[in-house]
Amino acid sequence: MKTLAVGLFGICGAMLRYLIGLWAQDWWASPFPFGTLTANFLGCLFLGWFSGWAASIPNMPAWLRLGIGTGFVGAFTTFSALSMESVTLVQDGQLGVALLYVLISLFGGLALAWIGHGISRRYARRPAKGDEPR
Amino acid sequence: MIGHLLLVASGGFFGACARYGISVWMNRRFPSAMPWATLIINLTGSFLLGLLAGGAWGDAVYLLFGTGFMGAYTTFSTFNVENVQLIEKKEWKILFLYIGGSYFLGILLAYAGFVWGTTLGNG
Repeated sequence: MKTLAVGLFGICGAMLRYLIGLWAQDWWASPFPFGTLTANFLGCLFLGWFSGWAASIPNMPAWLRLGIGTGFVGAFTTFSALSMESVTLVQDGQLGVALLYVLISLFGGLALAWIGHGISRRYARRPAKGDEPR
Repeated sequence: MIGHLLLVASGGFFGACARYGISVWMNRRFPSAMPWATLIINLTGSFLLGLLAGGAWGDAVYLLFGTGFMGAYTTFSTFNVENVQLIEKKEWKILFLYIGGSYFLGILLAYAGFVWGTTLGNG
């Protein structure tokens, strides 16, 4: 059941990543891999927030938490394309662009996951005094 | 277009399931402060995507196994959320090794896979 949820949500994540890649190719005809970067950045911000938020909701069923977090966002973002695109940039003689891509991914991804995590904390549901335990 | 999307979707289903299965199994078998499961998944996925790209097997194969399977199998969001957790626990040594190992070995293995792939496929 959990594995099936991860797979089905993963389908949506992978298709959305593919569509963003196509869209990025149309908009920025550039050697810089904007598609992967966009998907990876959005995914880091979202998962940073979602993982914190989901932990504050004990009622959320495990299949839904795993489906969205591990399945959807996990499949939406990718590491293998980042590695391969860096190799391709180096092979095309674009060493500077490759270095820029890796560094932007490294620090940007970290910063966005951190910001997402901070947002989930800022707006965490705290049980108010007198709340009925559920 | 629809055909391409179906290839990515099929690969994505199995890629996400494989990542989930491996991480559940590894976290149970080898519990550790170092996120070994994601590291191994991202490194093997980078190598295999390099192998695919080097072989030049055609668009359909690349969409199914590359963009779909390897894309969904490897993950960037979990990797970064794990980094944030390591920062919160002040596990600086593990954080440094995890980030450095992921990027350095990931790119190196993608290159190694690519070179090997050119000797296997039509590339």
